[in-house]
Parts: sequence; structure tokens; C-alpha cells
Amino acid sequence: MTHLPYIIPSYAITVLVVGWLSIGAWARMRRTTRKLAAIDTRAAQRSGR
Amino acid sequence: MTCGFKPRERGSKVTIVEQTNVLAPAGTRSLHRFANPGRFLRISGRVLPFLAIPALLLTVIGLYWGLFIAPPDYQQHDAMRIMYVHVPSAWLASAGYMALAICAVFSLVWRHPLADLAAVEIGPVGAAFCALCLISGSLWGKPMWGAWWVWDARLTSMLVLFFLYLGQIALVRGFDDPQRGYRAGAVLALVGAVDLPIIKFSVDWWNTLHQPATITLTGAPTMDSRMLWPLLVSTIGFTLAFAAIVIARLRAAVMERRIRGLLMARAQAA
Repeated sequence: MTHLPYIIPSYAITVLVVGWLSIGAWARMRRTTRKLAAIDTRAAQRSGR
Repeated sequence: MTCGFKPRERGSKVTIVEQTNVLAPAGTRSLHRFANPGRFLRISGRVLPFLAIPALLLTVIGLYWGLFIAPPDYQQHDAMRIMYVHVPSAWLASAGYMALAICAVFSLVWRHPLADLAAVEIGPVGAAFCALCLISGSLWGKPMWGAWWVWDARLTSMLVLFFLYLGQIALVRGFDDPQRGYRAGAVLALVGAVDLPIIKFSVDWWNTLHQPATITLTGAPTMDSRMLWPLLVSTIGFTLAFAAIVIARLRAAVMERRIRGLLMARAQAA
């Protein structure tokens, strides 16, 4: 395959950036889901008392 | 003759969203239904797996097909394989900015609350794809043109788009009052949308080093189908990935807003 020094970095950067965006978005969503669930549970417990 | 509005009863619990829904034109009422955060979270939660899983599969298939199976170009040889990451990035950089401009219209005209949040979340993703387009284009340009960068109309207009993204990102986060930031970002997104037709037609209006479009809506593609199919697959895969990333970020932003609201209510009650 010709031009490998140009092809490999272009694919690698694309995969890294898209992967980083995807994993970052997924992790942020899970973090906020857990935090919201914890707050909602505490709020429900408090109102039930 | 009635105007169709019911006067709001004193003490009734009509939300801002419901009020906006009544005041909105018929065509936008259905869109305002999605301004309800609970409804948005429910619907987007169902949609997200149907975007994320095909996105992953199609992107992997498209990139593998383009890298190892598609034939090399008779002039550009294997450097042409950069097209399978460059073209989707360029398309999504432009489409992302178009989405920002649409959000700006919804924010400025109809005050759609989710449009502001969507604009905040689309900006960094669009900027990342714009940067990928510029980097992969540079890596393609060096072996083909002998230069990493030329001040060509297509390249320059794409660089302007990247700076517009950076400006929008800075504006929506740069004010103490978020509403002012959202409005400033929306105005920039609308004004900056003028760059999109310039990017599209730059290769026709000026004598550029960048090649003209090989795929158009009106004519047949000037590309061999063995190269066209992997390009379409990777473009669809990246587009679904873009949508999945934005929806996941938007879900997180909606939940973060709800968490802030709950914590503030708790602090006030204490």
C-alpha cells in the first residue's frame, strides 16, 4: 500500500477523536443518570417521611 | 369571535412549555411537545440504541471496506483512501453547522428551550468533525499537492467554519447569564450560516486546487461504484455516530439541568 505515512494518521486521528467523543458522551450520560437517580430517591424518601 | 386561547386561571399549574405550546403556530406545536424534558428523555432513550449500534457497525464496515477492500485510484493510488474519513468529516462539519443554524431559528423565533441546549452540545461535536476534516485534508494534500496547506477557497472557507464553531462555543459559555450567551451564540450561528454555500460552491466559483464535487444530487457520480459504496457506508455510519453523540450529550445536559433545579429547590427548602 502506498502513502501509508499519510493514511494511517488520518484514520487513527479520526477513530481516536470519534471514539473519545462517543465514550465521553456515554460516560457523562451514565454519570448524570446515576446522580439524578440518587437525588430523586433521596427526595422521594424525604417526602415519604 | 374567539381567538382560541383560554385565559389562564389563577393558581392553575400551567407550565411554560404548555403556554408556549398554545401560543406556537400549529406546525411547531408538535416540536414544542419535545420541550418537555421528561418526554425528551423517554423518547431519546428509546432512539439512542437504534442510532448507536448501527453507527458503530456501519463505521467499522465502511472504514475496513475503504482501507482494505476498495481499489486504489489510478492517479492518486492509495492516498485516495483518506477520502473515507475526510468526506464524512467535511459533510458532518457542514451539516452540524446547519443544525446549529436551525437551533438558532428555534431559539430566537420560538424560544424553544431544548434548542439552546442542543446548540451548546452540537457546537463541540461539529468543531471536532471540522478539525478532523482539516487535518485529514492536510494529510491528503501533502502527497497530492506537495503542501500541507494552501490558501485555496475551499480550504479557507472550511477554516472559517472552524473559527465560527470556536466562536459559537465561546459565546454560549462566555456569559454569566446563560440566556444572553445562548442568544449571542444563536446570532453567530445564523450569520455564520452564510459560509455554508460558500464552502459548497467555492470549487465552482473559484479556480481551486481542491477537486470539484464528485457526488451531486442532480447528476450521476463520477466515481467507480467500488469506491462509492464504502464511501456511502462510512458516511452513513459517521452521520449516525454524530447524531448518537449529540443526543447522548443532550440527554446528559437535560439531566444536569434537572439536577441543578432539584439541588436549588432543596437548598431553598432547607
